[in-house]
Amino acid sequence: MAIKKFAVAAYDDEEVLFPAVKKVRSSGYKIHDIYTPFAVHGLDEAMGLKGTDLHIAGFIYGLCGTSTAVGFISWIFCSDWPIIYGGKPHFALPAWIPITFELTVLFAAVGMTLTFCYLNQIMPGVKKHVFHPRQSDDLFVMAIEINSHMSEQETTAFLKATGAKEVNVQMAEAGWWYGRWDKKEPYEALNAG
Amino acid sequence: MHLKYESFVREPLVDGDKDYHQVSEDIIKPIEGKPGRMWYVGFIFSVLLLGYGIFSVTWAVYWGLGTWGVNRTVGWGWDITNFVWWIGIGHAGTLISAILLLFRQGWRTGVNRAAEAMTIFAVMCAGQFPIFHMGRVWDGFWVLPLPNTRGTLWPNFDSPLLWDVFAISTYFTVSLLFWYSGLVPDFALIRDRAKTKFRKMAYGLASFGWTGTAKSWQRAEALWLVLAGLSTPLVLSVHTIVSFDFATSVIPGWHTTIFPPYFVAGAVFSGFAMVNTLLVLTRKILHLEEYITIGHLEAMNKIIVLTGSIVGVAYLTELFISWYSQSWGEMAAFQWRIMGPYWWSYWAMMTCNVVSPQLFWVKKLRRNVPFTFVMSIVVNIGMWFERFVIIVTSTYRDWVPGSWSYYSPTWPEVGFYLGTFGLFFTCYFLFAKYFPVVAVHEIKFILKTSGDNYKRGMEKIDNQSAEDFIHIATTHHDEEHVLDAAH
Repeated sequence: MAIKKFAVAAYDDEEVLFPAVKKVRSSGYKIHDIYTPFAVHGLDEAMGLKGTDLHIAGFIYGLCGTSTAVGFISWIFCSDWPIIYGGKPHFALPAWIPITFELTVLFAAVGMTLTFCYLNQIMPGVKKHVFHPRQSDDLFVMAIEINSHMSEQETTAFLKATGAKEVNVQMAEAGWWYGRWDKKEPYEALNAG
Repeated sequence: MHLKYESFVREPLVDGDKDYHQVSEDIIKPIEGKPGRMWYVGFIFSVLLLGYGIFSVTWAVYWGLGTWGVNRTVGWGWDITNFVWWIGIGHAGTLISAILLLFRQGWRTGVNRAAEAMTIFAVMCAGQFPIFHMGRVWDGFWVLPLPNTRGTLWPNFDSPLLWDVFAISTYFTVSLLFWYSGLVPDFALIRDRAKTKFRKMAYGLASFGWTGTAKSWQRAEALWLVLAGLSTPLVLSVHTIVSFDFATSVIPGWHTTIFPPYFVAGAVFSGFAMVNTLLVLTRKILHLEEYITIGHLEAMNKIIVLTGSIVGVAYLTELFISWYSQSWGEMAAFQWRIMGPYWWSYWAMMTCNVVSPQLFWVKKLRRNVPFTFVMSIVVNIGMWFERFVIIVTSTYRDWVPGSWSYYSPTWPEVGFYLGTFGLFFTCYFLFAKYFPVVAVHEIKFILKTSGDNYKRGMEKIDNQSAEDFIHIATTHHDEEHVLDAAH
């Protein structure tokens, strides 16, 4: 496990959070991440995150669905087992539109959702460190990694000055692991002292 | 927040003095407490009903479909009536979550979670009917295009019945993904609040390890927007395809091009009625009146009067076209609908679907909770009769007068229908107990623009001149200024 040291600041208002993000970034700190209880619009831009390309993935999955449907049905009806249904030609494209449409939607939706889970690294059984139990309730929690070149006191004092309600230092696993949410992880004992 | 501002003339979507924490408290509390006595009574009753349904279906599968009242002329009977009825009800959820999301309608946030749940349960109920209508249900997998030992004989991709298989299974899958991806952040909230070991573990699993990082929210919003864009044509396609089951046949009364829009409007109509039925009870029992407000109910009642009127126009158009076609078969079919042995079903449909929803033009009635509840039941009854009228009164007198018949259901058919109510309400009761009934993170998202206590501050801004407003907004958001002042 890659356990690192983080300075954690909790804000209780977006109006305070946004100036704080700007201040933190312009002072040269690198934000590890910000955890919010809901989608705060503009936060990604304020943090300097790029936009997501998830919708492009969705478009490609949709095209896969379209070609699967048209390819499969035309192979079946024109080559594998041609049958005349109701006097229609073997290649009865208009009659295939409903299924083609449904498979386009199905592939796009399922593919996008799985990609979403993969990109966010979420799945049943995955556990991640929660910096503040109220980060899903009413606090906006910013974590900054403290490396060996940084002063712990200076960082926390700086965060306090940006208007944070609570500031502390935590040892945390930065990534994800398989674990049970009802069990304390061994490294979490480091934060008790 | 920032320049996001909504006029105080617009009704608040969240009543009372709320902050983010209070929203979590109000919605998550019922999950953490013990369910009330009413919950147990309702849940046990639903499970018993489900048990009776399973018994009725088992009976029909064991003895064969001869135990049903369907006959040579009326081949679809109650079974497909119920199928179309349930699938229609299942349209409101995705309409609310997808179409209203694309139109940026803030009021969807209060009702979308419950409506989507209702959609999923209704589609589950609907799916049972065509499956067991197959008779030899163990051969049901023949509808899937699987390689097989029958020479690899494939299903007929040109048939609307097969389109239905694809449409409904896709609709179910996409609705489920949409619903669950929205639930994940709320499960994370329950997990982070959880005091008991079991709850922490269960909601930890259910929340997929969601922590709400900025990037994951950004991706989630992209996902929801695209899913909404996909679901919008999808929801229209599903009932269009169901209507093709009828419209592509050459039965008088079915063979009409008006069916797709008419079915979709009817589906939205019945779906919103069912949402109202459930939400009027849910908001009362779980004390969510501040989140599912009278304004929400009124908005849905407006959709009911609109779609009810569309359906009414469709009924009249059908009558006109049958006369205008001067086809004897068509004219006879509609004459018998109105005055034949099934006249009562036609007039029940007309009264419940077209006449009574017109009362919703009166604002007082739209905002009256008991009246909304009664009307929602009336509309559901009316829509059931619409499906019955289409299916039974178009087929009981076919081309050969010698095979004319009168159809009435037998107990296994009625039991099957009651059983799907059992399934639906069993699922809904479990949902209401263990799932957040209102989308917590979406309410928090609109809270500062549409919350009652935040809107009260808007009056001041509304009366400001444009110059003053811009001036205040820009200085307030000149972050450096704010920070310097703080030092």
